[in-house]
Parts: sequence; C-alpha cells; structure tokens
Amino acid sequence: MEMRFGKYGGQYVPEVLIPSLKELEKAYKEYKDDPEFKEELDYYLKNYAGRETPLYFAENLTKKIGGAKIYLKREDLLLGGAHKINNSIGQALLAKKMGKTRLIAETGAGEHGLSSAMVGALFKMKTRIYMGAIDVERQKLNVYKMKLHGAEVYPVESGSKTLKDAINEALRDWVETFEDTYYLIGSVVGPYPYPSIVRDFQSVIGKEAKKQILDIEGKLPECIVACVGGGSNSIGIFNEFKNYKEVKLIGVEAAGEGLDTEKHAAALLKGKEGILHGMLSYFLQDEDGQIRPTHSISAGLDYPGVGPEHAYLKDMGAVEYVGITDEEALNAFLELSKTEGIIPALESSHALAHAMKIAKEMDSDEIIIVNLSGRGDKDLDTVMNYVKF
Amino acid sequence: MDKKLVSFIVAGDPNPEATLKFMKALSKHSDIIELGIPFSDPMADGETIQMADIRALNNGMKVSKVFDIIREFRKYSNTPIVVMTYYNPVFNMGLERFLKELKESGGNGLIVVDLPVEDSEEYLSLCKKYGINTIFLAAPNTSEDRIKRIDNASSMFVYLVSLYGTTGVRREISNLAIDFLKRTKKLCKNPVYVGFGISEKEHAKRFIENGADGVVVGSAYVKIIEEYGDSEETAKKLEEKAMELKEGILEGSK
Repeated sequence: MEMRFGKYGGQYVPEVLIPSLKELEKAYKEYKDDPEFKEELDYYLKNYAGRETPLYFAENLTKKIGGAKIYLKREDLLLGGAHKINNSIGQALLAKKMGKTRLIAETGAGEHGLSSAMVGALFKMKTRIYMGAIDVERQKLNVYKMKLHGAEVYPVESGSKTLKDAINEALRDWVETFEDTYYLIGSVVGPYPYPSIVRDFQSVIGKEAKKQILDIEGKLPECIVACVGGGSNSIGIFNEFKNYKEVKLIGVEAAGEGLDTEKHAAALLKGKEGILHGMLSYFLQDEDGQIRPTHSISAGLDYPGVGPEHAYLKDMGAVEYVGITDEEALNAFLELSKTEGIIPALESSHALAHAMKIAKEMDSDEIIIVNLSGRGDKDLDTVMNYVKF
Repeated sequence: MDKKLVSFIVAGDPNPEATLKFMKALSKHSDIIELGIPFSDPMADGETIQMADIRALNNGMKVSKVFDIIREFRKYSNTPIVVMTYYNPVFNMGLERFLKELKESGGNGLIVVDLPVEDSEEYLSLCKKYGINTIFLAAPNTSEDRIKRIDNASSMFVYLVSLYGTTGVRREISNLAIDFLKRTKKLCKNPVYVGFGISEKEHAKRFIENGADGVVVGSAYVKIIEEYGDSEETAKKLEEKAMELKEGILEGSK
C-alpha cells in the first residue's frame, strides 16, 4: 500500500482524523489478504451483487461504426446498476470487522449512496448519505431508493451543493463520530489509505476483463476506455492492465460544454496541482487557490478533483486522458440504447463516446474494451429534457 | 506568564475595511489576533465560519488582500497576528512566496489546518528562514508520541482542539477536554492554548484554571459579525466580547 503515488496523495487532514486513518490502515492491512475475509467478500460479490459481470461484444455497434471490435464490460448489470457496489461491499465488511456500527458516505449521482444504503441494509448498519442539494434534486429516483433501504439522506446546502460539498460534510460528520462510524468513501479519492483501498476493491473489474478477453479472443485488447470523475471505475479496470505496454489505457473526463469554457469537470486536462479532501492531486481552481464550480451533464463526473493515482499515471504518461462533451456523451447514450438495447449511464456514455471516435480509425481485428460502469435508468430525467419522442 | 486571549475572525468578512476595524476593536483586550483566510471548502469548520468564508469570498476577498489588511493594521498596533488557513491557498501561491509576503506584511505566525506534521519538513525550514512562528493543532485523540512531535514542530504555541468536531459555539465544556488539556500540558514545552467551542467567560475561566496558557475564540465573534454586519455596533460588541473573555482568563489565573 502506498501513502503516495509519486508526489500525489498523502494525508492532508485535520489532526483529529489522523488516528482514524491510522486505525483504518491497520485494519485494512490485517484483513486484505486474510483468506476468511476474501472468501466472505467473494461470496457477497457473487451471490449478492451478481459477479462476474459479462464481457459483451457489441456487434451491432461495431458493425455500424466500422473498425475495431467494441466490447463492453457490463458493470451496469450489478445490483444497484453500477460498479460502486464492488467497493461498498468490501468496505462495509471491513467496517464490520473494525466493530463500527454506523456508515456514512458521500454521493454525487447517487450510485455510491445507493450501494452504501444497500450494504447498510445488508449488514444492518445505520447509514447516512451526504448528497449535495442540487444532486438530490437531479437524482430523485436514487434518493428514493436509498430511503427504501432505510438510509437517511442528508441534503448538503453548503458551497456548490454538489459532490465536493457532500465530501466536506461527510468529513465534518466523521470528525465527531469516528468512534462508532465508518466513512465509506466511494471513489479513489481522499486521504491515504482510501485511494488504495477503493482501487483494490474495484480491481476485480480488470481482473475479470483480462481473463474474459483472453478466453474469447485469445489476446489482450489494443485499448481500454473508461470515464474518470474521481476515477474508481477506470482505476478498477486499468489496474490489471497497467503493466502491459501493448494495451493503451484511455481515461475520459467530462468536458461539459467544452474544455475552452468554464463549464466542465476535467481536472486532469484543465486543472492544476492542489490539496483538497486530504490529497495532493489535480484540481480545478482559480488563481487564488479557491476550488472552482464544475459542470457535467452527469452528476457522477461533476467533481473538481481526481484521485491521486490518476494524477501520477498522467504524469508518467501511462494513461492518456481526453475529454468528451455533454453533447457527445448524450449522442453515445442514444446510440447504444438504439443499436444494442442497452441504456448506459451518462458517466459511462463518456467512455463509450470516445471509443466510438477511435474505433473508426482502428483495424477490424483490433479490440477496444469500454468499461460500462453503470446503467442509465437514473439519468432518464436528465435525458428527457434533451430528447423528446 | 500571563495567560493569553487569541481572537479569531475571517479576513474580509464582510469586507477588508471592516476586518481592519474589527481587529482594532478586538486588539484592545486580545493578546493575539488570528486571521482566517477564507476558503471555498473549509472542512474543519462548522456552519458559522463556513458562512463567514462565503461572505468574504462573495465580496471578492483575495489572499493578497489578507496581507494588505495586516500591513494596514501594523500602522496602529503591535499585537501579534497569526494567520489560519487551509493548505491549498498557500500551496497555490507557493509556500516560499506566501511566507515571504506574510513576514513582510507584519504577520507573526501561521496555522495550516490540514498540514500534518509528517509532511511539514520543508514547511518548517521555510518558516524558520522567514521568521514565521509555527502552530500545530492537537486533538483529544492524538497519541502521546504525536503530541511530542506536534510540540517539537510548533514554535509559538500548541493549539489544542478541545472536542471531537468542527469549529463552532458549544454550550458546555466536557470533562474529556479538561483531562486532555492536563495530559497535553505535561507533554509540551510550548504553551498550550485551547480552542474550538469556547464562547463565554466561564469557558475561558475553566480552561485557564485547569492549566491552559491561553484560549482561542472564533465563532463567538463571527456570530456577532454575522448578526450586525459592517457597523460600529459590531466593533463595539466584539470589543465587549473580548473584554468578557479576558476577564474570564484573569479570573481563572488567580
């Protein structure tokens, strides 16, 4: 486990949180390779969440675009409709081992809030979800689902009322309640050891995908594409492939209304180094170091920062990062819905949109895997505003 | 040694001219003025100071204007000034440039809330180079080893957080806070000042009676600013509050 990825990461938190982070680090080191813990985790991933997820050859889409074969890693088929459950099960099991009785979590699109509410119900833990007031409004269905599972949803009215403010509020809660409360962070962000823990629990995506593509095609893919908000689904699929130089890894950030406007959420492409939420990483900020408001059509990518490992992978040139606009993502959303009968999450539609761009330029014996990190049911309210039938 | 009152307000709340006026009022009964740099994401602060940060930022407060305020204040008073900030505004400006400007403007000390001692090697050497005193926070759950490290890294005082939580006015002082104060006092060579949740004379008195070398008060003042805004009334009420707290300190010192 690494405190830093190159210079990025670290533990930039108020003193009162340091002992809790040390406690978490100790517990995670104790259990992560423990056979009983791993067996329990595998049991719930398989029987509760629905792993393994298929690697699906999107033949219609491939034919329509012409070029590389497009495969979809179907994380959208998991319980809750997104990859978030992989991490929530893992961390909730860890919380139980640590003797914690209460979970808190932040959420943007509501997917992590939902998966936390689900594991809260499953493991009988009191659960509170912090969610920006604006996100509560634009993700009503997920809010309702969280409440169905017995979680309390706390709308955050401070700051920009989105994901970053939900994290601030969850941290404020944790500062007071760490003795009985586990903070279940939903992405590869935050102070050490969270970026490592979340990566480890999400790396099941890449492990499965590698085995599956070798079984189906007998070779590794030329390219893997995944969207990057905080960066957990992308790290989850990249991690297994990062030592294979022949596999090109591409992370897709939300370019919103365009990278040359103020309205986007592309921290790696347009941000600069800074410190927030316990980590040194890239952040969108003004000339005075104040964190800037962000914009994306997808609430899950609407975050001004990015996980520290991504910052490192960018500096090392190990991953290429690109931007996809709201409009391009929306088009990809419609395209997949129509050609394959699969409704992708708007977050994942960013990855899909980029794959559709590059597939054209590639040969028909080449392979792209797109991490279809979530399904789009939650986004229908948003999409209905753009597309009328 | 005399027990100290540290009075905190947010720079630029609601505007730089008002801050200067408030500092002058507070300095009549305060030993140290602590000036907060407003930040977009103040995760260690409760609602009162969050709102103050927003008021300041919405009125165009900049880091450079914090130095202007200190420079202006120095024309009237020698009361030491400690700046409290989150790390990002400092990091963004560049640590060395920040410290140089802080020193040149007349600032005396610095608190970076989210900079842990483990990562402070360069910070400490540059603070030393520019003659800026360092203050680190300790919390009730900080281990003895860490308290010693925090004490070693601090050159002005150790800022003891009296409770599990964010900044803000609390009604009572817990016994935990008193126990922790006694433990910390034994371990530190620096003076130990207590903060978070202190708003009344009786609070100040109790901490001083139990060995604190000073108390830090913030939200109680910021609430006054929130209510009365940029006015003479505010300055008068801030001065009265500081006087009340200082009385508590003097009573506790007897």
